[in-house]
Amino acid sequence: MIKKELSKIISQKEIAADVYELIMEADLVSEINAPGQFVHIRVSNGFDPLLRRPISICSFDKKAKQFTMIYRKDGRGTSLMSDMEPGMYLDVLGPLGNGFPVDEVNAGETALLVGGGIGVPPLYELSNQLIEKGVNVIHILGFQTKSAVFYEKEFTENGMTFITTDDGSYGRKGFVTDVIKELSFDCLYTCGPTPMLRAIEKGNPDKKLFLSLEERMGCGIGACYACVCHSSDASGSSYKKVCSDGPVFRAGEVII
Amino acid sequence: MNRLNIELPGLNLKNPIMPASGCFGFGREYSQFYDLSKLGAIMIKAATVEPRFGNPTPRVAETSAGMLNAIGLQNPGLEKVVSEELPWLAQYDVPIIANIAGSVEDDYIAVAKEISKAANVRALELNISCPNVKKGGITFGTVPEVAKQLTKKVKEVSEVPVYVKLSPNVTNIVEMAKAVEAGGADGITMINTLIGMRLNLKTGKPILANLTGGLSGPAVKPVAIRMIYEVSQAVSLPIIGMGGVQSAEDVIEFFYAGASAVAVGTANFVDPFVCPNIINELPSALEQLGFEHISECTGRSWKKDGQPAYHRA
Repeated sequence: MIKKELSKIISQKEIAADVYELIMEADLVSEINAPGQFVHIRVSNGFDPLLRRPISICSFDKKAKQFTMIYRKDGRGTSLMSDMEPGMYLDVLGPLGNGFPVDEVNAGETALLVGGGIGVPPLYELSNQLIEKGVNVIHILGFQTKSAVFYEKEFTENGMTFITTDDGSYGRKGFVTDVIKELSFDCLYTCGPTPMLRAIEKGNPDKKLFLSLEERMGCGIGACYACVCHSSDASGSSYKKVCSDGPVFRAGEVII
Repeated sequence: MNRLNIELPGLNLKNPIMPASGCFGFGREYSQFYDLSKLGAIMIKAATVEPRFGNPTPRVAETSAGMLNAIGLQNPGLEKVVSEELPWLAQYDVPIIANIAGSVEDDYIAVAKEISKAANVRALELNISCPNVKKGGITFGTVPEVAKQLTKKVKEVSEVPVYVKLSPNVTNIVEMAKAVEAGGADGITMINTLIGMRLNLKTGKPILANLTGGLSGPAVKPVAIRMIYEVSQAVSLPIIGMGGVQSAEDVIEFFYAGASAVAVGTANFVDPFVCPNIINELPSALEQLGFEHISECTGRSWKKDGQPAYHRA
């Protein structure tokens, strides 16, 4: 069930250049049912910014009623959010959307988790849950440059982790897709910029593959039709809503 | 004491608050949050004869105190709206105002004829003002004589009263209102969104794939108030007002301007509970201002004592 609640900020810190980790306390944590779901945050009580910000859930702890978000300061809303301090409250709507299906891989199999930039965070909870299940997990995390890298240590603790940077200032120079080619795996989960998702889908036509999409959203609950994409059944008028049908889709389900 | 019930052509409203078309889908999403029977009415998303995918994304861009949208009338088409969405909504005790759209006159007539037969559709909202579709809409909404003719044709086939949704993107909205009144409209809904644009700072190009979009939210409220003030004095039709409504106080201001009911749009995206919250807060807001009933507020900005709720000045 989706809840709307004033959630308390437990901690906030900058973990990479303009990238913030925010830990929140909220009852709605009990409603989270899969890694890769998101929350919709109202940063201001006033009219500017007016709309909520969709931010993915990076990890959660049901016992402590806490969840972690990682976001990039990239506009007025996220700038305001980055100025907020522990003890302050944010209006949070969630959990929203459908996350990554953990039951698509079995214990002993290998899952490849590929993240690009600010698409990396939701893969962390996924990684935690797959490890818990006994799945072998390999991560490929792509960033623009060294100062943008975050959570390398956290992912490395769960399994083998490759870091790539576009400019070669850290890890391997190049794209995540270069690394994917060198690995064997049973299932691939990915989240990141659309061109990256497109390249991964194209390069892995025979693999079990799940992609988390990003799109500008209005309501976040499926009512406003802002974040639609074409579904693959070719009738031309059929569609999926990224917010409520996704954001995670099986490869081939939608046209990206 | 019920301070909120309102009677309008075709509509027996338990309160004058309804979600605006395009901001509430067909109600399913919001039914997760509250009982839709609490609402005065529901203006469902525009229906066209054939299913429509709408415009490419991005379809929304934020602005100061508002947002631009260019959805492009995405909807599952008349047949599905009639066979799936309206029967689903029938479980709620709430009148439906069906928004109808099209590219040519015959489209509007076909949708009006079918959709007005549904038992829970108590009125039509003739959408002659969507700024985001290339064909149709725009001449219907900006040329008085064309709007009049379309209203007349739709009235001939509709089994329920017809409200016409006016565009603010005209030189003289009073002329448009008079034209649809002459065409036989039972009421007016106003305003639709204002055409606007936003550019990406890095690329210099428009953010919306459609280039332009309709501006909504608190930013447009003063425009809506001004236009309702003008139109309500010039025609003898009830007005359902909309444009940036966020609170009970906003609702009362719309009534003062000349509205007899109010629709809430963009605010639903910000707070899914906004409609029931406004309904809960209205009685005490009215009491504080000394009103026994909300209908006393209609047209207060221009009305002289004893004048009926909506009447030519």
